[in-house]
Amino acid sequence: MISLNVNGKTYTLDVPPDMPVLWAIRDGIGLTGTKYGCGIAQCGACTVHIDGNAVRSCSMPVSAAAGKCVTTIENIGATRVGKATQSAWERLDVMQCGYCQSGQIMSAAALLSGNPKPTDADIDAAMSGNICRCATYVRIRAAIHEAAKALA
Amino acid sequence: MSQRKTALTLLLGGFFAFGASSAQDVARQAQSEKLFADIHRVLAHPRCLNCHPKGDSPKQGLDAHLHVPPVARGPAGKGVAGLQCAACHQAENYAASGVPGAPNWHLAPLSMGWENKSQGELCRVLLDQSKNGQKDLKAIVEHLTRDELVAWGWAPGTDADGKAREPVPIPKLEFNRIVRAWAKLGAKCPK
Repeated sequence: MISLNVNGKTYTLDVPPDMPVLWAIRDGIGLTGTKYGCGIAQCGACTVHIDGNAVRSCSMPVSAAAGKCVTTIENIGATRVGKATQSAWERLDVMQCGYCQSGQIMSAAALLSGNPKPTDADIDAAMSGNICRCATYVRIRAAIHEAAKALA
Repeated sequence: MSQRKTALTLLLGGFFAFGASSAQDVARQAQSEKLFADIHRVLAHPRCLNCHPKGDSPKQGLDAHLHVPPVARGPAGKGVAGLQCAACHQAENYAASGVPGAPNWHLAPLSMGWENKSQGELCRVLLDQSKNGQKDLKAIVEHLTRDELVAWGWAPGTDADGKAREPVPIPKLEFNRIVRAWAKLGAKCPK
């Protein structure tokens, strides 16, 4: 049994300790906002926050997340930065197919938490691990600037 | 006459003693340099070199291609806000995704970029406290023989296809013995 704190709630899960956090969240808890993309930390679709830092949930065993605070896309709006990021996403209508956007928002929120006034170069460096097959990159960058302005 | 003989004996004795000591020093230096050649085999292997790049991005694989996805060094060698090394690299290798891991995964500082350095150049950079993070010889030996991230080079796990990564050459215990012997002989660098 693994005890996992997700979005402020503690769950006791009967899952193998080497199961990726991604599947514990999706299949064990039923929070399906976090997406499976590649499973090998190449696309960023599965990004969550662990103790406030962006982490690829496909590449972390659930045993390593025990005792830490996991935040998923379902609850990122509860934070000031997360709310501003989601609002900017909506205002600029960033999403196209939307599949990667949970991960994009989670990475963007982590960026803005650590760097409240990112330049284009900062955004490119922070978001380079999040792939969007619809190529919404220009709107993603604009939304991050928009969120930064709202937070200033 | 007797005094002259004594003086001559002392002079010759001193000369031979000095000669012997000098020859010993030369032999020790040669032995230390030879040991560093073995150390260099490990340090110049991509498992080590890929995280000692001369630029701001780590490399990957035996062909030392640029890290995929693209990542940046950041202010502390641990990535940038929003994309830290620890976003993917955990404290242990993770077979499920093939992502390598070890405690404190990070890039060596830019001053310790070892790419394209000769044995002598790499050795001198390694010993230069202005470049190596103020490590004295004892700390260098400690880093090479006991650091968990360095030790990852001997247990690099499997890739995303389940294929075992090639470890650095020379078994770990043998490497540790070589490093300590090199240091004991004066930590000499090849030319």
